[in-house]
Amino acid sequence: MRFDTPATTSPIDQLKVVGQPTDRIDGPYKTTGTAPYAYERHDVVPGQAYGFVLGSGIAKGRITAMHLEEAKTAPGVLAIVTTLDMPRLERGMMNAAYLFGGPVIQHYHQAIAVVVAETFEQARAAAYLIRVDYQPEAGKFDLAAEALNAPLVGDDSGEGSSGPPEVRVGDFEGAFAAAAVTLDESYTTPDESHAMMEPHATIAAWHGDRLTLWTSNQMIAWSKRSIAKILGIPAENVRLDSPYIGGGFGAKLFIRADAVLAALAAKAAHRPVKLALTRPLIANNTTHRPATIQRIRIGANRDGTITAIAHESTSGNLAEGKLETAVSQTRLLYAGANRLMAMRLAPLDLPEGNAMRAPGEAPGMMALEVAMDEMAEKLGLDPVQFRILNDTQVDPENRDRRFSHRDLVGCLRLGAERFGWDKRTPKPAHVRDGHWLVGAGVAVGFRNNLLTKSAARVRLDHEGVVTVETDMTDIGTGSYTIIAQTAAEMMGVALDKVAVRLGDSAFPASAGSGGQWGANNATAGVYAACVKLREAVTQQLGFNAADAVFSDGEVRSGNRSVALAEAASAGELVAEDLIEYGDLAKTHQQSTFAAHFVEVGVDAATGEVRVRRMLAVCAAGRILNPKSARSQVIGAMTMGVGAALMEELVVDKRRGFFVNHDLAGYEVPVHADIPHQEVIFLDEVDPMSSPMKAKGVAELGICGVGAAVANAVYNATGVRVRDYPLTLDKLINRLPEAV
Amino acid sequence: MRSFTYERANTPVEAAAAVARVPGAKFIAGGTNLLDLMKLQIEAPTHLVDVNGLKLDTIEPTPEGGLRIGALVRNTDLAADERVRRDYGVLSRALLAGASGQLRNQATTAGNLLQRTRCPYFYDTAQPCNKREPGSGCSAIDGFSRQLGIIGVSDACIAINPSDMAVAMRALDATVETVRPDSTTRTIPIAEFHRLPGDTPHLETTLEPGELITAVSLPPHLGGRQIYRKVRDRASYAFALVSVAAVIQRDGTGRVAVGGVAHKPWRVEAAEADLPRGPRVVTEQLLASAKPTHDNAFKVMLVERTLGAVISEARS
Ligand SMILES: Cc1cc2nc3c(=O)[nH]c(=O)nc-3n(C[C@H](O)[C@H](O)[C@H](O)COP(=O)(O)OP(=O)(O)OC[C@H]3O[C@@H](n4cnc5c(N)ncnc54)[C@H](O)[C@@H]3O)c2cc1C
Ligand code: SF4
Repeated sequence: MRFDTPATTSPIDQLKVVGQPTDRIDGPYKTTGTAPYAYERHDVVPGQAYGFVLGSGIAKGRITAMHLEEAKTAPGVLAIVTTLDMPRLERGMMNAAYLFGGPVIQHYHQAIAVVVAETFEQARAAAYLIRVDYQPEAGKFDLAAEALNAPLVGDDSGEGSSGPPEVRVGDFEGAFAAAAVTLDESYTTPDESHAMMEPHATIAAWHGDRLTLWTSNQMIAWSKRSIAKILGIPAENVRLDSPYIGGGFGAKLFIRADAVLAALAAKAAHRPVKLALTRPLIANNTTHRPATIQRIRIGANRDGTITAIAHESTSGNLAEGKLETAVSQTRLLYAGANRLMAMRLAPLDLPEGNAMRAPGEAPGMMALEVAMDEMAEKLGLDPVQFRILNDTQVDPENRDRRFSHRDLVGCLRLGAERFGWDKRTPKPAHVRDGHWLVGAGVAVGFRNNLLTKSAARVRLDHEGVVTVETDMTDIGTGSYTIIAQTAAEMMGVALDKVAVRLGDSAFPASAGSGGQWGANNATAGVYAACVKLREAVTQQLGFNAADAVFSDGEVRSGNRSVALAEAASAGELVAEDLIEYGDLAKTHQQSTFAAHFVEVGVDAATGEVRVRRMLAVCAAGRILNPKSARSQVIGAMTMGVGAALMEELVVDKRRGFFVNHDLAGYEVPVHADIPHQEVIFLDEVDPMSSPMKAKGVAELGICGVGAAVANAVYNATGVRVRDYPLTLDKLINRLPEAV
Repeated sequence: MRSFTYERANTPVEAAAAVARVPGAKFIAGGTNLLDLMKLQIEAPTHLVDVNGLKLDTIEPTPEGGLRIGALVRNTDLAADERVRRDYGVLSRALLAGASGQLRNQATTAGNLLQRTRCPYFYDTAQPCNKREPGSGCSAIDGFSRQLGIIGVSDACIAINPSDMAVAMRALDATVETVRPDSTTRTIPIAEFHRLPGDTPHLETTLEPGELITAVSLPPHLGGRQIYRKVRDRASYAFALVSVAAVIQRDGTGRVAVGGVAHKPWRVEAAEADLPRGPRVVTEQLLASAKPTHDNAFKVMLVERTLGAVISEARS
């Protein structure tokens, strides 16, 4: 089905099932420990041996020798595959780092060997017996130092935010010089880790030259092609299966070392092999969100109208890596006739930087929305009003191109009202509650909506059960549930008459989970397949397709009504289709919007920041399931608090690695850090997005949160911190005198 | 993890003798620290002597009017004990500020005293670390040292002791009771229990090989306001950047011990006389010989401000 004109009315608009706050279908499996995650799939293939991955102990250089004698004779060892056994393997799609093979070390904890043994403990013990001789080389590990010479580079995050090296509209320098009020500040965001709960894990088994990977992966179709490329085998010989994923946040968009090494290990051991990356390997062996250094300049008239806006960002990566597209939201968020956006990429020898929840926008908004707060203060304007004043309904770089639907102002107004924004004391450091300095902050959330093709197959059996098959993944997001809701609505059946099967590369290729594109595109694909199935049903039952109504397990037309199951009485009906898009996303800018309001307390003595309450008002088209959407947004808000207050992969600039590479050193918020969170969705639809009229929310939820926290800290203390995370050491020497 | 042998000891002396007999043997109590370190092969004992069955898990009054806490009393039970809550509130609060409920259920009094540092380089076996591998160098001194020590540090090691419980015990002047493999016993004042790193950061306490902790005794209670203030980057389940254990009397006199700054709970008795004069003078004496790194220089001010908050809480 090609979607190239705005959606009109469809069975989805009945909203009998879609749009309802249904419980997650997979919830009971997860809470009872019966959801089969990759590492626990003991039943899929017999004789599983255990693999343990060894990471490089240096950041850059070469391996000159590996001494395996002791490891080979250790108890239980079945096979050892080392990086010296083969030339460097091809890079996978969208990987910046090479995952295995050859003596060259590109980054710390790069995989250099896998040991296979009868038990996990044996594999681990033997791996520690491998001695490695290295020839280290000096590397570049300091972004600030390299930023000085970093070239302009344009790119695309792979997740929808992008930009050429430089964008110029009007005359930024002239307008900025002439502006009545100006701001010119720099901000930094650190490297961050996805820190999802389930580590990267894979079971691999070969049957002749055919490989099956039971794994934990967000993008099945990409990853199938990618592993085939890395291993040099035909893609049709590979099957990936990933029905449950314990979080990804972008860490599992791509094939990583777990899948490659499980496959190599299984081949070498002539046994199925399971392995997981240990927690200490995840920070340096896999991907992370790259650090940024950002400069923002804003010029405005005295009345607050922005006349000039510039956002420049520098990030670093391995030579073949992408940049963090931290300026892309600034191209679209606020009006202003004179504009400059630029991105620079510094070559670094740290591990691979790649997509993490809202790549580009998340760190970009952390800077932009603090700059907006600073500018509002300079102008003597309320920060909510300042943003409303500079709202735009058109793409500021191309004023003929409108937003498909944009109600950012609605988010800000409703949020301000619900939060009690008018009770905030604008003057910083003026509200005390016991030993807490209390403040409130606001920031806007913005994230683009991406359209990408997505296919599904639907089956109807003689009992009236509708089964959906697509390689779409559920990474804890609720895909199972919204897909079931879509099929139930389309086929006029109750939810318990729908079965959803996901994550298998044998199923039609979907959008996958990334870039907050999963929900809208995957359900639109299921919609398309259901349209076909409805046609097959009406044909089978001899109804006129145009006026047949699918409802309550029946198909009705005029006064004739037949059970849906009847259509499959002579055999299962199967329909498959995909949604693909025309140029509505080109003719119109599709984005999602939010307003985040946060209240914090800052301990007057110690500078500890604790969030007291949070509110997000989101405008993201039709909300397919308010319950799972809310879960997505509160999870994202929580991650935003982490980014604001504590998350940082600390770079050892001498040795070239992330030092705090476990969950004791890399702190993320715990329950005690997260207070009352409220989420409101504006009641809206976006007919340009798809037949579902929905957009994504999962990344929108994190965008702007960090800045709202930072702005609240400023309001509480009068201390402006421009380097994330806002840990107490950055506040303490500037806090008001303790009493 | 290397393979190891395992036995359960029946009496404290047997346990001590068993560890002394087998080279590379260690006691195991709750295992919450030791097992983690074994998995990363930072510790690689050849033999484990399980002390959980030694019946050292009671809390008894002492003839002097204090409390004797068995070495195997779990952190949860110790924190919840009515006498501890009433008379040694600083200890109860320190325990509850540590780790998580699950860990405290398992962690023991002796194990807590002996938990090892959380220096990130200590945890990465590819990095030089004098504590893990004597003579290999210290990665932290010119590296990432935000969490590490500011006082009593050496050129060999700047690591800290991460225990919350020990800081409270230092303020209370607890004593550690032990039995040695030859069945002699001794008591070690807590002030002399942990060592400074010096040239031998791998030696963390004054225990002798095979010496088993049997109990920790608290002297008669001190009354006063008993406060434990732990400062950290997140609200729970994090090690202290700095902590202050204080017992402060009505007249403003009292005791303070500081955590998160040194290889042992840090206390300077001479400084305490100045408590009524406020946090600055006390901190100046407490941290007179401080040698912070660039990363952790903030801890000096943090100690002073946290102490200030504790003193005002005590007065209120
Ligand atoms: C995730 C996490 C978070 C934590 N957070 C905190 C925190 O915030 N604050 C805090 O203070 N602690 C914290 N801890 C540490 C925790 O308190 C310790 O792990 C625990 O107290 C150790 O006690 P255990 O009985 O498990 O010791 P074990 O691991 O069994 O033993 C530790 C050491 O003590 C020795 N040992 C044990 N018993 C005896 C004995 N009777 N005599 C002589 N030697 C003995 C062992 O040989 C071993 O070397 C945390 C731990 C974890 C894993
Ligand atoms: S501070 Fe101590 S524990 Fe840390 S690296 Fe240095 S020697 Fe090792």
